[in-house]
Amino acid sequence: MKYLTEYRDVALVQEYVRRIHQLVTKPWSIMEICGGQTHGLVKNGILEMLPEQVTMVHGPGCPVCVTPLHLIDDAIALAYQPGIILTSFGDMLRVPGSKESLLEAKANGANIQMVYSPLDALKIAQKNPDKEVVFFAVGFETTAPANALSVIQAAALDLNNYSILTSHVLVPPAMEAILSDPETRVDGFLAAGHVCTIMGMEEYYPIAEKYRVPIVVTGFEPIDLLIGIYETLKQLEAGSYQVDNQYARVVQFGGNPQAKEIIGKVFITSDRIWRGIGEIPGSGYEVDQDFSGYDARIKFALGHREVPEHPECIAGQILKGLRKPIHCGQFGKGCTPEHPLGAPMVSSEGACAAYYHFAQMKNETING
Amino acid sequence: MCLAIPGKITAITEHLDGAFRTGKVSFGGIVRDTNLSMVPDAQIDDYVLVHVGVAISVVDEDEARKTFELLKAMGELEEELGPDPKPGVE
Repeated sequence: MKYLTEYRDVALVQEYVRRIHQLVTKPWSIMEICGGQTHGLVKNGILEMLPEQVTMVHGPGCPVCVTPLHLIDDAIALAYQPGIILTSFGDMLRVPGSKESLLEAKANGANIQMVYSPLDALKIAQKNPDKEVVFFAVGFETTAPANALSVIQAAALDLNNYSILTSHVLVPPAMEAILSDPETRVDGFLAAGHVCTIMGMEEYYPIAEKYRVPIVVTGFEPIDLLIGIYETLKQLEAGSYQVDNQYARVVQFGGNPQAKEIIGKVFITSDRIWRGIGEIPGSGYEVDQDFSGYDARIKFALGHREVPEHPECIAGQILKGLRKPIHCGQFGKGCTPEHPLGAPMVSSEGACAAYYHFAQMKNETING
Repeated sequence: MCLAIPGKITAITEHLDGAFRTGKVSFGGIVRDTNLSMVPDAQIDDYVLVHVGVAISVVDEDEARKTFELLKAMGELEEELGPDPKPGVE
């Protein structure tokens, strides 16, 4: 597409790096919420281009990474039940539960299919009327409309053998949880561009005001990331804390009204447990009771239970930005993408996997 | 996970009601069936951002161009800097 490759222009990258170096006079910590942005920062070597005073803190924005262990175990248990086909995104299938991942369960005979879209899961349900098809609906606000749409379509088609197991998390409550944690120090945020594509920018004004942090809605290309960082730093150096939109070619102030409407129809806000972080009030979605026939939790009477994490995994501290992946004793040793101890090593957007794949740790180890 | 890819609408295939508005979207030549119910105004030849099979936004070419021109304007220094492809930067 026109105006896509331009956002990867090397000379412009260098120009923004130069501007950032010129601008910065003090140490600042900026959190990028979204795992896609973490991936972009590491993959493009942007972390190494920034001045020493600028620390990028990698946020909890990888939905499969924060999906609680007990939910993965629930999904696996469903997949072993005769008559059920469990479906989900590829990323989700690789995350280890307490005994195995969904992918390992599949190898052991559980009926699991990877799908590209929840609407594909719906098609599987149409083709298999004698089976129950459960879609493990994981995601942030970005994915919520597509997941909600699958429920709306199932209802419109009178498809009663389809349901979703939700693991839906929301960004603004997580930002508040991070900002209220006395241990963390985050001076400014890059807000996740595609989350804001759906939800718009309104939710971020009270956060910027209350915690006096600049929040810049940012895209995913190298130039987007650098402009987002530059604009955040400009505010920090000037002592201001506004909500700004770097990603105006995609994000509208009010978000996508059709998407918000469909979310409002199918989901209600609920408290959610984030893997490694704990419960955050009002930080997720559950299926509204109007659509309870499509809620796998109700349909299959799933209970709630706590499952302990691997004792040596520091995923919680990494997701809160308190420690970097390389500070973990198991990083690259007992924990690799092939044999992950925790979720951030699984998804390519998890901070641990991003560091592992792009060998960022080499520099960080040398520089402390 | 929140990855969304821009593609060009090449056909509107079904338009039964809001939830079923679908079309063909080309991603650099690879064509996929895409749900278009969240971009009711999008037409053939528009660029949309697609996430898990659903178009979530029309990419605003004017805004894309504006940002790009801004970048170009401050890119006067390009000449000074010269084309120095850095490894790791695409």
